[in-house]
Amino acid sequence: MKSDHQAQASSDGPIVRLAGVNKHFGALHVLNDINLDVVKGEVVVILGPSGSGKSTLCRAINRLETIDDGTITIDGKKLPEEGKALARLRADVGMVFQSFNLFAHKTILENVTLGPIKVKGMKKSAADKLAMQLLERVGVANQAAKLPAQLSGGQQQRVAIARALAMRPKVMLFDEPTSALDPEMINEVLDTMVSLAREGMTMLVVTHEMGFARKAADRVIFMADGQIVEQATPEEFFTNPQSARAKDFLGKLITNH
Amino acid sequence: MQGYLSLWDEYGARIMESFWANLQLTFWAFIACAILGTILAIMRISPIPSLRAFGTAYVNIFRNTPLTIIMTFGVLVLFGVFQLQLSDDFNFNFFQIAIIGLTIYHAAFFCEAIRSGVNTVPLGQAEAARAIGLGFLPAARLVILPQAFRGAIVPMGNVLIALIKNTTVALAGSVAEISGLMKTMIEYRADQGILIFLTIALMFVVIVVPIGILVTWLSKKLAVAR
Repeated sequence: MKSDHQAQASSDGPIVRLAGVNKHFGALHVLNDINLDVVKGEVVVILGPSGSGKSTLCRAINRLETIDDGTITIDGKKLPEEGKALARLRADVGMVFQSFNLFAHKTILENVTLGPIKVKGMKKSAADKLAMQLLERVGVANQAAKLPAQLSGGQQQRVAIARALAMRPKVMLFDEPTSALDPEMINEVLDTMVSLAREGMTMLVVTHEMGFARKAADRVIFMADGQIVEQATPEEFFTNPQSARAKDFLGKLITNH
Repeated sequence: MQGYLSLWDEYGARIMESFWANLQLTFWAFIACAILGTILAIMRISPIPSLRAFGTAYVNIFRNTPLTIIMTFGVLVLFGVFQLQLSDDFNFNFFQIAIIGLTIYHAAFFCEAIRSGVNTVPLGQAEAARAIGLGFLPAARLVILPQAFRGAIVPMGNVLIALIKNTTVALAGSVAEISGLMKTMIEYRADQGILIFLTIALMFVVIVVPIGILVTWLSKKLAVAR
């Protein structure tokens, strides 16, 4: 199994591939023929107005949202519909939520070690060591014995990043990771994400933080009405947007700031 | 007063013995209904439609059936017709059938108590559990149920309190418990009727009131901070 993983990982195919993905919420066509490849080490930022389908796209990649048709593959493997195979694949995809979603009844350390111990069968001592390294890296190691509710939002979100990293994921998905944070805590989370990007993590980030897109993205994807309207490097996108929707979106941002 | 004291002389030992039967029924039926109710609750939140349908059907059938009917069915049909013998001891057999009846009935309520606890757990908790690769059962066992139990202390306490009082329905299942004895005592000592009633009512109050206080205290102490 392990050699299988490595063989696949070393192939040059995309880590995440969406091909012809469609999804409807009733009459709303929330994902409209989405085609997207994310290659190893790439940082893709998804921008777009509210309701454009960017969160749904992000959540579909580890099947927290089902899709109506099309295919999603993770590192060459088609996303299974249910059961153990899906759980295994999800373990390879790290997810960071807008509302942190730390396990409220477990300590910070237990939040990070739960996956390695219960999903990967790691020994508790090894998992503790790994978790402490990761908590150190995101700067909250001194909070390890506390419960999530005792931490600030920014600290909780950094723990959530450590929890996802503990599974050694092939790709990290961020679903508006700073949208629920007080302004003064946004940067501590973004800094963690920027350093992760610099270390070569494959990332797909839904955000409203243009600064992060400029600083860390390899590619910006602009979505509107369930479609990918435009994609470009951040430099190109912010200085010379092509579509009317993107120009309108960026124009509103500038007047609001 | 003399009459009341003589009542205790005559029936004291049997009062304690009978009430002890009610407490034993409570103890075993609560453990069993907690286990069965938790399994039913897991079925009702599971991703498998047939299990969900079974859980829903169970709850709707047994929550809406009078306990006396279930108890009578146990004795007259399971024992009377099908000769269900759980024990060679005639009385102990009825006792066990009564536990089964109480369990079947209260498991439906316990299931719903747990489900109300599950509703206190934000959806994001389950999503986060799935996102790190936990399947349904591990996610339920490690993430959802521990929080659901802590959010369901009060409704679980209500099931326990109802169960304590409902053990008197075991009378319909021919178990020598306290309400049966009360009937006998009032028949023979009609002069003490009111005091007999008050005595037995008080015995339940003495057990139930502290449980109510304990449940309130526990629900605050164990509440999950969010």
